[in-house]
Amino acid sequence: MNSVAAHAPGTTESPPALTVSELSRLLRDTVRGNPLLAKVLVRGETSNVQRAATGIVFFTLRDEEAQIACVLFRTVAEALPFDLEDGMAVLATGDVDLYARRGEVQLVIHTIAPEGVGLFWATFQKTRKTLEGEGLFAAAKKRPLPTFPRRIGLVTSERGAAVHDLVTILRRRYPLAAVILSPSLVQGAEAPASLRRALADVQDRVDVVIVARGGGSLEDLWCFNDEGLARAIAACPVPVVSAVGHETDVTIADFVADVRAPTPSAAAELVSPDIEELRVQIRALAETALATMRDLLRDRRRGLALAGSRLSPASLQQEVREDGERLLRLGRGLRDATARMFRATSERLESLEARLDVVSPLGTLRRGYAIVEGDDGRVVTDARGVQESDSLVVRLRDGRLHVHVDSKQEEP
Amino acid sequence: MTEELSFEDALAALEAKVEELSRGDVPLDKALATFEEGLVLYRRCHGLLAKAEQRVTKLVAATDGLKEEPLNLE
Repeated sequence: MNSVAAHAPGTTESPPALTVSELSRLLRDTVRGNPLLAKVLVRGETSNVQRAATGIVFFTLRDEEAQIACVLFRTVAEALPFDLEDGMAVLATGDVDLYARRGEVQLVIHTIAPEGVGLFWATFQKTRKTLEGEGLFAAAKKRPLPTFPRRIGLVTSERGAAVHDLVTILRRRYPLAAVILSPSLVQGAEAPASLRRALADVQDRVDVVIVARGGGSLEDLWCFNDEGLARAIAACPVPVVSAVGHETDVTIADFVADVRAPTPSAAAELVSPDIEELRVQIRALAETALATMRDLLRDRRRGLALAGSRLSPASLQQEVREDGERLLRLGRGLRDATARMFRATSERLESLEARLDVVSPLGTLRRGYAIVEGDDGRVVTDARGVQESDSLVVRLRDGRLHVHVDSKQEEP
Repeated sequence: MTEELSFEDALAALEAKVEELSRGDVPLDKALATFEEGLVLYRRCHGLLAKAEQRVTKLVAATDGLKEEPLNLE
């Protein structure tokens, strides 16, 4: 007990406690005071290059085993004769310093120059070349996506922005399809094997697969450049859509996939038809069917009326009359069927019924019938009302004829 | 039979019926029959879209291979 008390902070025997700021200052002075850490020359590969609004550029220098935070102040950054990007091998000079606010050691860069091609970049290019040489990226290999997928596979992390975006959009656009998540790691050394397994697990259960990951650093996305994963995607029995990171990120998986989507959200839209468009489409089909039936019935009635006026033997007239009654029945059947359908599907019945009653003369004219109008624009249906030397207008599909009646012959 | 058609198949069949009608050389009773068949298909399509509720599952390793479990994302 006593010993605890003796070492408790604030007692006279204990050494004075440092504040965090004091400790930080001590560290900073040590770092700054060490001549070995001033004006160092370092070789490494850049990653995570970020430009702050203030003009300061932050990035990381790394090799296979270690990394260090770097900062380029505005004046140095603006004077750079090249664009600093991820994956560049560089030679840099600078002073090591401590960024006290975050307790981080960082390299304040004075000069920096590119030195050949970075290791990551070199690996990327090598894989790309190998696979391209084998024809794995060939346009002819790309398969079309199913128009109406029944089962959609997702290969991604169960906890991530990607799966959220994917499920949300698929639910809104095309709830008809079942969605199956095959959970996978999406970063780190284990990720390539995990992604391959997740793909293998789901590929025989679905008709399209989305391999996805939200945005991240070059290192985070690195697993999608894995050669084995690329081969697994190429060998997948159903089409694969890749959706890794943001629009500007390009991975080997993108090259080998059947379709590359810029983001997970875009991938969801690519694989799914839009339910609203489908509603419009089937509605349009139903209306076309209605309009066509309407035209057919009307044409047929006119044909009968004409036949009826020409035929004299009573038996034929009787036949025509019966035909006419059958037509009426069919017409009623059409209306009833339509009414049933739209009632059952809670469509707006009235508007369609109204449309059913609208005569569409264009359809009739297209079939070779003509409409005859008198001087007053009234439709002429009977020869009886027309006098010799009357002027009439004949409306055809593509125009009007102004005609003069030479003679007329009434038929019973 | 129509009750079991997938949306894709019902839509394709509906399109075929409408095309058949539009050709215009069909006898009237045949046309009406085609029309009625089209309506049934329309109803099938419409019904599928109206009642569609997405099933979202995740694959989980089980003793006898993989099984699908409901996925809940909060």
